[in-house]
Amino acid sequence: MLRVLLLTLSVAAIADAELCKPDAQNAFKVRFSIKTALGDNAYAWDANEEYLFKAMMAFAMRKYSRKSTTQISNVLLCNVTDRVSFWFVVTDSSRNVTTVPGSEVEAAIRMNRHRINNAFLLSDKTLQFLKITSTLSPPVEPSTPVWLIVFGVVLCLIVAGIIFLVVTGIRQQKKKNKESTERETLEEKSEVTVTVENGIPCEALDLKAGHINGVFAADDERFTSL
Amino acid sequence: LAVPPEIPKEDGRPKWDNKFQYILSCIGFAVGLGNVWRFPYLCQIHGGGAFLIPYFIALIFEGIPLLHLELALGQCLRKGSIGAWNTISPYLGGVGAGSWMVSVLVSLYYNTVLTWVMWYFINSFQEPLPWSVCPLNENRTGLNTECYESTAVNYFWYRKTLNITPDVTESGTLQWWLILCLATCWAIVYLCTIRGIETTGKVIYVTAIFPYLVLTIFLIQGLTLPGATDGLAYLFTPNLSTLKNPHVWLDAATQIFFSLSLGFGGLIAFSSYNPPKNDCEKDAVTVAIVNSMTSIYASIPVFSVLGFKATTGYWDCLDRNIISIINEFDLPEESILRQNYTAWISFLNSSYPEKIAGLKLRSCDLQEFLDQSVSGTGLAFIVFTQAIILMPGSQAWAILFFIMLFSLGLSSMFGNIEGVFTPLLELQIISKSIPKELLSGTICLICFLIALCFTLGSGSYWIDIFDRYAGSLPLLVIAFFEVIGVVYVYKIKRFSKDVKRMTGRNPNPYWQITWRFISPLLLLIVFVAFVTLQVQKSPTYAAWNPEYEGFPMKEEKVYPPWVLAICVLLAVLPCVFVPLVALLQLIKLICRSKEPSCVPPEVFSCQGTNS
Repeated sequence: MLRVLLLTLSVAAIADAELCKPDAQNAFKVRFSIKTALGDNAYAWDANEEYLFKAMMAFAMRKYSRKSTTQISNVLLCNVTDRVSFWFVVTDSSRNVTTVPGSEVEAAIRMNRHRINNAFLLSDKTLQFLKITSTLSPPVEPSTPVWLIVFGVVLCLIVAGIIFLVVTGIRQQKKKNKESTERETLEEKSEVTVTVENGIPCEALDLKAGHINGVFAADDERFTSL
Repeated sequence: LAVPPEIPKEDGRPKWDNKFQYILSCIGFAVGLGNVWRFPYLCQIHGGGAFLIPYFIALIFEGIPLLHLELALGQCLRKGSIGAWNTISPYLGGVGAGSWMVSVLVSLYYNTVLTWVMWYFINSFQEPLPWSVCPLNENRTGLNTECYESTAVNYFWYRKTLNITPDVTESGTLQWWLILCLATCWAIVYLCTIRGIETTGKVIYVTAIFPYLVLTIFLIQGLTLPGATDGLAYLFTPNLSTLKNPHVWLDAATQIFFSLSLGFGGLIAFSSYNPPKNDCEKDAVTVAIVNSMTSIYASIPVFSVLGFKATTGYWDCLDRNIISIINEFDLPEESILRQNYTAWISFLNSSYPEKIAGLKLRSCDLQEFLDQSVSGTGLAFIVFTQAIILMPGSQAWAILFFIMLFSLGLSSMFGNIEGVFTPLLELQIISKSIPKELLSGTICLICFLIALCFTLGSGSYWIDIFDRYAGSLPLLVIAFFEVIGVVYVYKIKRFSKDVKRMTGRNPNPYWQITWRFISPLLLLIVFVAFVTLQVQKSPTYAAWNPEYEGFPMKEEKVYPPWVLAICVLLAVLPCVFVPLVALLQLIKLICRSKEPSCVPPEVFSCQGTNS
């Protein structure tokens, strides 16, 4: 009995080794870069992680082809290295010694890539399926390019500044013109210069006979010197 | 009723608000983009610290004397470049006209460089920075090919900004985004120069001082970056053997000359607004020394950042190799680190040479990364922007960097525009009828319309042409005739007396010797050497051609004959004014001497202008 059991187990093992080996048909190489992704929070790769991987592959196969009954035991891993890279195949559950075509496995993985990445806290770059290229996500494009907004702000400020300066320049020019015309008319009026002080022509005053008012004499100090 | 006495403006000429404004304007004019992106490059390729020796010799024997000459000239004659040279001697009016022409040509293309700076500035407000990622190609299967083969930074510069054509003869189309930025830049220049020095004098406080603040911030940040010390050591390690090469001396002389913005007429314009009794000797020495110190000060953050970029590039190279080795040999992660990379490589090479050869590893050498020297627009828009992506908080650094470049360029533009504006204001026909605002607006509008050519696809090739031919050779010619004119036509004794009246002391023997002999001789040698070198090397340019086999290397192309003709025209046009005007005056004199009533030309002296 024991011998029969051993024999069947060894046959199964050999069969597995036949199905899963590097560059076998429908086999995929997987590479994990856990330390690169997680740094100090990196987990160690052990049998439990392998179990999770098998489970995720089975999950992906089940989701892809709804009628499939892929079991965890259908996912075979081999050649696990320290790099954390290995090969795997998915055997067909109905027929024991054949593997599921690579195209189906690839499609299943593509469909569920996001879930598989998340299960291991990794990304497309750090969990690589070497034959399966990831589709690139389009860059985020805002509806109005940001630079146009900044440009609009800058331009408005400048135009405001220019208008302000031009208007003040015109106003100054007008004031200067008004002042110069006023001065001209003043000069025209006082052609005959009669010095007038408080409405009384100076010649009428007898300056010598006048009294000097002490209060007003000291007034010069009121004005600040130039 | 007492009418307060008016403070008379002696000759109705605008004045600086204070001395500091004037000095800042001169410093702002002299300190420009070249201090940041040409001087560090020259230092790097000409033996590091050893370059400072020819640089300071050129400063002492060429830079400072010529600067003093121009400032004293403007202050004494109180006119812009055309008026000043007409006053010195009618035969030398061509020198002023040549200066004016050069200022016009340089203003045209200089503002387009500022347009590029502005474009990068307004694009720095995005997250992520647009030059850090490659866009996808049309069917979204991969990255855009042109971007993928070169780098994202190169792609943004050559395709998204310039939309460059592969050849100077293909003009391409007008790039509407560049036209918008160009209009903005000219609007800013108009806003600042609308009333001449009354408005630039206010703005210069910001545009001249702000770059120093940003340089200091970059200095502090740069020194904290990894690899900064490598960059600095590389920059400043003197290699005295390079001094045997005459190119180094030529480069030092031309760098000092162009860095101080001599021969544009802008300095003459600035100093013409000074009060007559002003110590122009001290001003000249101050401006020249500040300019040189700024160059050296700017090269420190530039090279810290370049060292950082080289180190990051070197580390990336190592990391890529390490990943390939780890993947190939299925070694655990982090088994090979950068430190023991060389040990591992030698071990693996001895045990599995074919596998290692099959990996096609790229040899990583830090020296090779440091040796990638770039100057000019390449430094600012390609190398520096790449380094900025690697820094944390890149938007802020990008914004600061481009505002700094903009201020540097803007303060130099003020000098250029003054060199155009002031002589026009003094022409009798213009000054009476047109207000200043209209004149400056017209100048800016005409320059904007002509500069639209530079927004074509081939625009940057044309700017290189202008920079190489219009902004270099004519200045040497003009400066040479300036010195000769003042020293031998106006007579050095008269000039020394004028300087004594302005500064209060006679120019000491240093000035006498340099003005009389050393500076003209140096200028002549530099001119001859410059022309010989330009003629010797065939006029080629580096074109960005995605179809080229060696892409992303640039393709060396030769200028077609009609472009060469334009180059020669640009170089010769300002210079040709000098003999042309002299000839015209001679013809006028001959015609006048044929008439019976001839009035001898008045003997001019500086004191005459003050009445």
